[in-house]
Formats: sequence, structure tokens, C-alpha cells
Amino acid sequence: MTLSDLIQETFSAIIVNKARSGLTILGIIIGIGSVIAMISIGQGAQNSIEASIQSIGSNLILIMPGAQRGAGVQVSAGRGSATTLTQADADTIEKEITLAKAIAPEISKRYQITAKGKNTNTQVIGTVGSYPQVRNIQIDTGSFISDQNIRSISKVAVLGPTTRDDLFGQGVDPIGQSIRVNKIDFKIIGVTKAKGGSGFSNQDDIIFIPISTAQRFLAGNDSVTTISVEASDQNSMAQIQQQITALLLQRHNISDAQLADFQILNQQDIVQTASSVTDTFTILLASIAGISLIVGGIGIMNMMLTNVTERTREIGLRKAIGAKRKDISLQFLTESVMLTFFGGAAGILLGWILAWGVAQFAGIPTSISFFSVLLAFGVSAAIGIIFGYYPARRAAGLNPIEALRYE
Amino acid sequence: MIKCENITKIYKNGETETAVLKKVSFEISDGEFVAIMGPSGSGKSTLMHILGCLDTPTSGAYTLDGQDVSKMSDDELADIRKDKIGFVFQSYNLLPRATAIRNVILPLIYIGENKEMREQKAKQALLDAGLAEDRWNYLSNQLSGGQMQRVAIARALVNNPIIILADEPTGNLDTKTGEIVLSTFQQLNKELGRTIVLITHELYVAEHAGRIIHIKDGGIIADEKNKERRIANHNI
Repeated sequence: MTLSDLIQETFSAIIVNKARSGLTILGIIIGIGSVIAMISIGQGAQNSIEASIQSIGSNLILIMPGAQRGAGVQVSAGRGSATTLTQADADTIEKEITLAKAIAPEISKRYQITAKGKNTNTQVIGTVGSYPQVRNIQIDTGSFISDQNIRSISKVAVLGPTTRDDLFGQGVDPIGQSIRVNKIDFKIIGVTKAKGGSGFSNQDDIIFIPISTAQRFLAGNDSVTTISVEASDQNSMAQIQQQITALLLQRHNISDAQLADFQILNQQDIVQTASSVTDTFTILLASIAGISLIVGGIGIMNMMLTNVTERTREIGLRKAIGAKRKDISLQFLTESVMLTFFGGAAGILLGWILAWGVAQFAGIPTSISFFSVLLAFGVSAAIGIIFGYYPARRAAGLNPIEALRYE
Repeated sequence: MIKCENITKIYKNGETETAVLKKVSFEISDGEFVAIMGPSGSGKSTLMHILGCLDTPTSGAYTLDGQDVSKMSDDELADIRKDKIGFVFQSYNLLPRATAIRNVILPLIYIGENKEMREQKAKQALLDAGLAEDRWNYLSNQLSGGQMQRVAIARALVNNPIIILADEPTGNLDTKTGEIVLSTFQQLNKELGRTIVLITHELYVAEHAGRIIHIKDGGIIADEKNKERRIANHNI
């Protein structure tokens, strides 16, 4: 029996039971389709999270305050409330860490903002002139905060595009107008370009003011909430991180690094953490979809068993005219693999349509990788073999005399 | 040439043993048309299964075409069936949603015949079995009983077997179509020299053969030339 004979026989056997084959294939289609769609949602989420982490800057090291961990009872304070980093720390880092390309301290807090009767609640960041370079921000119109603004503690503000839209309306040029933050008027000198961003970390809903102004009029002290340090390349990041740690430990008079009252994150760590979260998320989604695939596989087995029973006489006849065990089992195995193969192909299409639909209508980014398509094909073929094996073996093991007599 | 020597078949059912065939011996020469006749339970079906290499005897020797096949494995028996035996069953056993010609080609697929030869051999077999040419591409479930049995005969002929085993081939047919099928067998025997073994319980059917082996309770009670052979009328 040649391969083309085998395929022809199998194909005609599948065609004979159109409805039954179709329904069985549907199980596989849904299984493969949902696996593909779920993986694409997971990967899309991963890509978009990684992109948004990358968009905050390149080769970035973030230094944030943390409550000092001492011996005895640990009282956990909210992260934002710690004020262990100061302007002086930032100045020293700028002076001492020569490897760093640029540093930008910032102090941020949410405030209620009003302008011409409209108001919004947003993040106000006091920072310096190097911030756009370090954090990948571009100016759309006007200018960013200058060193002169900082020295003179001017009450000027640069708006993010979303904030501008909220307060002044889309496309309106707000330069020269003023906004009121915490009962203090700020004059608008620029608007940044949209960066995109989603969910909780909308990087466009933001207001920048000079750090000195923020410290004097809003915070009332010279603490900073984050110091962003840009390394010149990836290789120097670890070294810079070490130097900063040593410097700050020394400045804060802490001898044990375990007890540090600040924490240093580098961008790669953040990407890795986020990836591991989205990986787990993807695996979770795929496993749920995988269950439907197993159910589909059981459907295949069920159909093949019915098939073997129904075609008992045919099997008997084939054996009588000279088919061996191997010929019979191969025929039924090919049948189940062909069913899952069709199901797999259609399932990939369905998954692709689902992923497209999710991206189009739910706004969740999706991405179908070559790997997931390959995986789907592999899995569907494997399901055909695994769930087809038992029925095929049963068919091959039939006694021809009894099979021919079967009513 | 078929030679059976002391063929015994014993079925075991737990503790009880039932001897279905008891030391059956006979020979069938090439070109003979033999009827094996007996009532149900006589062991004629078991004998047919052994002759057809679907089963092996418990003891005794069965020589087919000079080969002792009584101790062969399942796969070896499958090879013997493929090359040397043609079956015609009472209930035709055609693939229902395949055309007549496709059914006849089926044995050639397992033999591994190439595509052109398949068509050619199948058409020849259908001509020999006497199926009208305009029926060749009908699905087998669209054919009448007599036509289906002719397709089955063509399928049995197509691998050019040493022996054709027909198990109650007229059992599902009315007298008239049964007659046509019997005449087909007689023609195959007379004109093409085919060796045919017909298993039946009806004397009337058996009388179409040249020799009748009567079997009862697992043993041969008579084995004689049929003196008053019936000639089936093809044109009734």
C-alpha cells in the first residue's frame, strides 16, 4: 500500500461521514484556535509591556527611597512616603559617578490641577533639564524646563499631551496659559510628544515643573522620589549600580548593604520581572485553552472507536483479501491524524481571526508567532497519533472471521 | 492443488473442548469445481476458514500450492490470502460508498500493483465476472444483489488466485439471480479453468459443481463426482 493509496483511502473514509468528521474536527479547531489566540494575547501583552518599559529610557538605572530596614520589628511604610533620598544625594551622584551619561532627579506626587474651570487629577513631576534625555521624552511645542528655571525657582510647567487634552481640549496650544496646582499658578511653557502607554502607567498624563519649585512650594523639603541615571551603554550598568550603592551607603552611614534605605532598579531587571509575569500569564491562558484541546482529542478517539465498530466488516474483508495488522492500524491512524491535521490548519486560521478580533475590538495588542503556529501543528498531529492509537490498535487486532460475521 | 491431511480443529471453551473437524482429508486438483455441502453446525464454515487461510487447524497438514500453510503466523497467512485466495461471501462485503471498479481494485492495492495495471486487471476481472460495463462506475450500494455478487466475484478473481472460495454465494439472492451467479461460476470454471470451492447447505446449489463433498458432524460422509450435474441457465 503506497502513501498515495493510504491518503486516498483515508480521504474517502472521512468524506463518507461528513457530518461526524466535521463535528469532530470542530473540537480540534476550537482547541487549536483558542491556544493560538491565547498565546497571541499573552505574547502581545508581553511585547507591549516590554515596549513601554523600553520607552522610559535606555540603559536606565532608577534609585528610589525605601524605609531603612533595621533589626527588630519591621514596620512597613508605603514606598512613596519614604523620604530618604535628598537633593544632596542626587548632586553627589552627579558629581562622583563619572561613568553615568546623565542623571535626572525627580520628585513626584499626584495633585488636583485646575485651569479655566476644568480640572484633572494627575502626576506632577518636579525635575531637571536632563530629564527628557534620560527618560526618552520629546518636546512637541515650546520648551522643556531649563537650568535657568531651576535656579530661579520659576513657576513654569510642561504638560503631557493627555493632560493638555483634559484641561484645554485636543489640539489647542496652551503655551502662555496658566494652570493652578495646590493654589499656586504655573505658566505653561511647553507640551511633550505623545509616547503612548496604557492602563495605569499613562506616560502622557503628566505635568513637569522645575524640581526646585516642587521642593519649595509643593513638597516643602528637599527630598527626591526617584533619581534616574542613564548609563552610556549596557556593559557599564552593573558597575554604575555598584558605585552608586557604595556611595549612597557611605553617605547614609549604613555599613550593611542589607539594611540600605534605598533601592536601585535597573531597567533589565524590570523587563525580566515583567516578562516572567507575562510568561506565567501566557502559560495560564494556554493551559486553559489546552484543556479544550484535550477534550477535542477525546472527541477524535470517540469518533475513531465508533468508526472501527461500524466498519468491523470492512476491516474483516480487508484482512481476508490480504491486509496485515500494520496496514489496518496505519489506515486508522492516518485517518485520525488527517482529522487533527485539518482541524489544526483550520484552528490556526480561527486563532488568527480571534487574535485579530481581540486586537481590533478589545484593543488588546496580540502577536502570533511562528513558534505558536508550529506548536499548534505539532500538538494537533500528536493528538491524532495519541488519541488514534488505541482505536487503530483495536481495529488491527480484530479477528477476520469474527469481523466478517459481525452484524 | 489443495491437499488436506487429517485436519482437526478443536475449540476450547474453558474446560470443555469441542472438536469441530475430525481428521478430515481430501485433495482438490487445479481446475476442479467442488461443492462442500453440509447442514449448519457440520463444520463446513470452519473448513472454509482453514481452506481460506483465515484460520489454522489444531492438527493436521494443509498444503496449498505445494506450501504447508497450517503452521503459519497471522502475517504470513495474510500474504498467502493476498496472493493465492479469492473470497466470495454470502453478504458480498463490498465497500458501500466506493464504485464497483474501486471495490475490485482493493486487493491490488495490498498487492502493490501499479496504477495502470490495476485498472486493466480490474476491468478484465469485471468482464470475466459478467458485470455490464455501464455499471462499473456505479457505487456498490446502487447495484442489485446479483450485480453486487458479480463485483464480489470480480474482486475474488482480480489477484489471479489459485482457488476461489465461495461461502453461500447465492444465500442472499433469489432463485433467478442465484442461477446467474452459479452460471458465472460454471463459466469461470469451464472457460477460464478456475478452481472453485463452493460452500453451501443446499443440495440444489451443490449440484452445480462437478464434485460434492458431504460433511456432517466434522467428518466427511461422502466425496463423489456429481453425476447429474446441473447446468445453470444464464439466460433465464
